[in-house]
Amino acid sequence: MVYPLAPAGDVQPAVEAVDLVKVFAKGNVRALDGVSLRVEAGTVLGLLGPNGAGKTTAVRILSTILTPDGGRAAVLGHDVVREADVVRQLIGLAGQYATVDENLTGRENLRMVGRLSHLPKGQTLEQADALLEQFGLAEAANRPLKTYSGGMRRRIDLAAALVSRPPILFLDEPTTGLDPQSRQDLWLVIEELVRVGTTVLLTTQYLEEADRLAHRVAVVDHGRVIAEGTPAELKADLGATVIEITLADPPSASAAAALLGNRDGKAPTLDGATVELTVEDGPRVAAEVLRALDQHQLTVVGLALREPSLDDVFLSLTGHRAEAERTGSTDDPEADRRALAPARGGR
Amino acid sequence: MNTTATLTPDRTIRQPPTGGRLRWAVADALTVTWRNLINYTRIPDAIFFSSIQPIMFVLLFRYVFGGAIHVPGTTYVNYLIAGVYVQTVMFGAVSTSVGLAEDLHKGLIERFRALPMARSAVLAGRTTADLVRNVGVLLLITAVGYLVGFRVQTNAVEFVAGLLLVLLFAYGLSWGFAIIGLSASNSETAQLAAFPVLFPLTFASSAFVPVTSMPGWLQAFAVHQPVSQLVDAMRQLMLGGHSAYWSSSNVWQALAWAVGLLVVLAPLAVLRYRRAA
Repeated sequence: MVYPLAPAGDVQPAVEAVDLVKVFAKGNVRALDGVSLRVEAGTVLGLLGPNGAGKTTAVRILSTILTPDGGRAAVLGHDVVREADVVRQLIGLAGQYATVDENLTGRENLRMVGRLSHLPKGQTLEQADALLEQFGLAEAANRPLKTYSGGMRRRIDLAAALVSRPPILFLDEPTTGLDPQSRQDLWLVIEELVRVGTTVLLTTQYLEEADRLAHRVAVVDHGRVIAEGTPAELKADLGATVIEITLADPPSASAAAALLGNRDGKAPTLDGATVELTVEDGPRVAAEVLRALDQHQLTVVGLALREPSLDDVFLSLTGHRAEAERTGSTDDPEADRRALAPARGGR
Repeated sequence: MNTTATLTPDRTIRQPPTGGRLRWAVADALTVTWRNLINYTRIPDAIFFSSIQPIMFVLLFRYVFGGAIHVPGTTYVNYLIAGVYVQTVMFGAVSTSVGLAEDLHKGLIERFRALPMARSAVLAGRTTADLVRNVGVLLLITAVGYLVGFRVQTNAVEFVAGLLLVLLFAYGLSWGFAIIGLSASNSETAQLAAFPVLFPLTFASSAFVPVTSMPGWLQAFAVHQPVSQLVDAMRQLMLGGHSAYWSSSNVWQALAWAVGLLVVLAPLAVLRYRRAA
């Protein structure tokens, strides 16, 4: 039969989804409302969006766990519904909702996944040991997972997805709730996987994560893709510079924000003692702003001009910051706060 | 260490071996069985309910209640053991529900669904592991029974046939409890949902007391329900047919129940599994 997603002769995308629709009967929720995605082989696509945007649903359809109510999707040219058995041999899945057995040891879990993937026995044993070594879990290999720390759990989850050395990897919020060091470690592993040729589709609520890992980003909100491009393109579309002015204290910042008023049709945003302006012509406006504040005896203690971050892109596209939606997403608010810190800080 | 070899993608698509998909399905079911059996050994609750509880029941009824219960034609300990066999596998079936509910809600089944394993392996592996555990439990009860005076009155062949009958019945029942596990919103609910079914079936039966001691309305239920059939079939096979209370017709009826449970409940459980997401 003619395959409509990948016409002969064209370079085949590693993952392609066309107009995916998924409606959950419970509560009549339209989780996906026509999502189209394309991930080129050997690249990373970041699916960025708040909780409930439909990111996980998209990943579950692409990894054959759910069947779509509309549209279609393929992995390396194999339809995820009609050729699910083939697709399952080509993908690895790790994420918040797909776990391994916490009563088994790390080694037992990896061996179980290898056997269930029908790998030759020798390959299963070898690959399990190599992955444990690679992920710094050799020492903990014979301990049940319930004794593992959060960072170790994520690593064994990822290792389990890699037992069959899949060319396509789906990572559903791989670092949500992790401490900065553990996130950093996981990022290095993901970068290494991409270097050796793995195609990755990752969902994240962390803008910094998408900025660091993804070649292209699709911003998802309310079951739709509302923007797609490279991180640089998305920032360029915003066409602006962000001016961050730090004052002595929050009341001075409020006074400054009121004084400066709208610039290029956008209101200043306040974050503690810092006022942020997104403007077309950064240097000129910055000079003007400094003069105005000086005239009103408002002391400026810090000034930064920066390119917009994905955070700014997200704010302008959705009207809310990504982290505002995250309340309750992890049971450790402290980890959330720490994880957010680098994304919020200027670069 | 060679990092690249460990992580380099492998695009091989494996075809089922010459034995066809069935061989993969059997291998996958055995892998899941292995995983479930390891789980039993690492969960203290599971060990308690599988081994300590039946020992307590044997001792409790043998030494505490047994003196007050009179059964004609045999000693109470001989009468009792068949009841403990059946009661234990009945209550043990709850672990099928609880185990599946946990796998479903903790995300393990989610992971399994994205693997190229046989769809049947999760249920087959769970029920098979429960079957293996039941074999161990029946042997344990037999050993404890012998220590407190129980003796088989027939022969080894009939006795083993009786144990196999109990195991077959329990296996069929497991599939029913799989449906409860897949339907419950969490493992605690799965456990609670099982008891209203288990209690009347197990205790309003001939498991521990002769049904003739019950009021007439209850007797009508107790005589005909499957647990009584199974317990009396076991007695027929262990103690012989010299009783007005049990006969070989119990054996055939219990066998019919066991096969019937399996034939009806297994397809329903598979259907429920396909729909559980």
